Amino acid sequence: MTERNWHTHRDAKAARLNGASALLDGKFAKTEDVVKVLEALIKPGDKVVLEGDNQKQASFLSEALAKVDADKVHDLHMIMSSISRPEHLDIFDLGIATKMDFSYAGPQSTRVSQMIADKTMQVGDIHTYLELFGRLFIDLIPNVVLVAADKVDREGNLYTGFNTEETPTIVEAAAFHDGIVIVQANEIVDKVPRVDIPAGWVDVVIPADKPYQLEPLFTRDPQAISELQILMGMMAIRGIYEKHNVQTLNHGVGFNTSAIELLLPTYGEQLGLKGKICRNWELNPTPTLIPAIESGWVDSIHSFGGEVGMEKYIAARPDVFFVGKDGTMRSNRALGQVAGQYACDMFVGSTLQIDQWGNSSTVTHGRLSGFGGAPNMGSNPTGRRHSTAAWQSLKPADDPLAKGQKLVVQMVETFGSNKKPVFVDHLDAEEVRKEAKLANVPIMIYSEDTTHIVTEEGIAYLYKTDSMEERKAAIEAIAGVTPVGLRSNPEEVKKLRDKGIIALPEDLGVRRQDAKRSLLAAQTMDDLVEWSHGLYNPPAKFRSWS
Amino acid sequence: MEKLNFTYQNSEAVKKFVHVGVVASGDLEILLYPADETTIEIVTGSDGFKEVWKNVLDRFFTRYPLKGKFVIHDFGATPGVVNLRLTQAMEALNDEK
Repeated sequence: MTERNWHTHRDAKAARLNGASALLDGKFAKTEDVVKVLEALIKPGDKVVLEGDNQKQASFLSEALAKVDADKVHDLHMIMSSISRPEHLDIFDLGIATKMDFSYAGPQSTRVSQMIADKTMQVGDIHTYLELFGRLFIDLIPNVVLVAADKVDREGNLYTGFNTEETPTIVEAAAFHDGIVIVQANEIVDKVPRVDIPAGWVDVVIPADKPYQLEPLFTRDPQAISELQILMGMMAIRGIYEKHNVQTLNHGVGFNTSAIELLLPTYGEQLGLKGKICRNWELNPTPTLIPAIESGWVDSIHSFGGEVGMEKYIAARPDVFFVGKDGTMRSNRALGQVAGQYACDMFVGSTLQIDQWGNSSTVTHGRLSGFGGAPNMGSNPTGRRHSTAAWQSLKPADDPLAKGQKLVVQMVETFGSNKKPVFVDHLDAEEVRKEAKLANVPIMIYSEDTTHIVTEEGIAYLYKTDSMEERKAAIEAIAGVTPVGLRSNPEEVKKLRDKGIIALPEDLGVRRQDAKRSLLAAQTMDDLVEWSHGLYNPPAKFRSWS
Repeated sequence: MEKLNFTYQNSEAVKKFVHVGVVASGDLEILLYPADETTIEIVTGSDGFKEVWKNVLDRFFTRYPLKGKFVIHDFGATPGVVNLRLTQAMEALNDEK
C-alpha cells in the first residue's frame, strides 16, 4: 500500500514558484515582467482573490491580469470583495475568468447584471463581507491572492498602513494553506514604518508602475445636506438615540447619517445628550464626524478602512482612533465587520427600496450591486448577550427567557431624488432574482431584523408591533404618498400613535421649523477643515474654487 | 411649467399670513393667507405630477385640516419636501397664536 502524500499543495506551490524562478530575484520581480509572472504562477481553474475593496484597488495587478494569454490562464474562479474597475469584468469577456464570488459591485452593477444574463459570468454567491472573508478559510480557499501594499522592504515585509482594510485577512488565507501571495508595491524601501504583514507570508513582490487606486468613498460635503435630512436626523436623535440610550454604534454611508453627525454638537448639545449617546463607534473615518470629535462627544472610533484626506487629523488624535506607533491608523475590515455586527448596539443605514413588509434592498432593475457590509451590521446577531441599556431596551417584557435585540434603523425619504417611491409593494430584487437565477432574493436587510424606519413623516417602531398586519400598518403610516403609504387611514394612524408604534415630529418634541442648515455644526468642507485645526485635507474633488 | 388648482372643505381657519420655503432647485415656497375657503394654486416646473400633488395634499389635509389660501411655487421638490414645507407652514401658524 502506497502512503498518501499529505503535502500536495505545498509541492504544487513549490513547482509553480520554481517555474517562475527566471523572473524572480528572491521575492522580487520586475515591473515590466508582471504579465509573465502571473502567467507562470496562475493555473487554469484556480481560485484567485483579487484585492478590490471599497476604497483600495490592486489596480496594477488587475490591469496585468486582463493582459495574460487566455490560452495559458483561463477558467479562473474570482473571489472579490468589490467589483469596481472595468478590467474586473473584462477578464470574463476575455475568457480568463468564468466564475465570481463577490460582496459588492457598486460602480459595475449594471454590467454585472448584463454579464450574468448573457452567461458570460457565473455567480457563486453574493456574500456579505464576513461570509466572504469566512469562506476564504473554509470552502473558497484561494490558490493565488493578488494584493496591494504601500511600502515593502527588502525582506518582503509589508506596510499597508492607513488602508490596511482586508489585506491581512486575504493574505492569511493563502499563506497558511499553500496559496501564492503576490503583492504590488507602491514603493520599495529599506525599512517599513511598521510591519502590517510579515515577509514570511509573502511570496512575490512587484513594484507597481503607479500607486494603487484609492477612492474617498465616505466623504460627504455638508453643503449637500438638505433640510429634510436635518429633520430626519433630529427625529432620530430624539426618538431613537436618546430614547434607547445608544452608546455604541455604526453609521452607514450617506447624507442622512452625515446630518446626524453634524447635529450632535448643536442639537444634541441643546438636548444635553453629550456623554450619554454616541460614544464608541465602528465607522470609516468620515470627515463629518470631526466637529463631534472636537467637541468631546466621541471616546473611540475603530475603522474598516481609511479615508483620503483624514490621515494627518487621525494621526493627531490617537486617543480616539486606532493608530500605530508609527503615527498612521491601522484599519481592518474583517475585525471592523465583526465589531460592527457583534459589538455595536445600533446600525443606521439607508436604502433605495423598502417593501410593504419592511424588507429593504439597494438592488433595483438592471443593477446587481450586492451589499458589502450592510447585511452584517444591519442584522440582529442572535448569539449576542449584552447588558447594555440599548440592547436591553428592545427585550419583550412578557417572556422570562427573552433577550435583547440590536437596533437596526433604516432612514429614507419616502421618494428618492428621482421622484421614484422608496416604499413599494414588491422589491425589484424579487424580479432580479429570477432574471439572474440567484438562490436568494437579494434583500439587503430583512424585515425581521429592522427595528426602526425613519422618514420625513415620522418614526415607525417596528420592534413594538405584534403582528405582520400591524407592522405593515406602521410602515404605511410613515410612507408618505407612495403606493404603500396611500393605504394608511387616519384612524389607524391615531391608534398607532397612541400605542407608541409610530411617532410624528410633534410627538417627539421636534419642531420642523428648526430643521435648518444653520443647525449643522459645519455647513461646508471649509468648516470641516477649520474644525480640524487645518489637519483635514479634503480631496481635490471636494474643494471649492474660492 | 404647469398650473394646478385644488379646493378642499376644511375646518381649522388660518388666522395670519405665513411664508415658508424658497424657490430653489428641489424646493418650493408656500404663501399661506387667511381665507373663507381652502384653495391651493400651484405653479410647478415639473409637469405631469397632478396625481402626486393631490395625494400629498389629501394626506396633509387629513392630518391637518387648515382652511386658507395656499399659493405654491414649486421648483422640482420631491413629495417629501412638499410635505416638509406644508407642515412647517402649519407649525408657523401655531407658533405665536
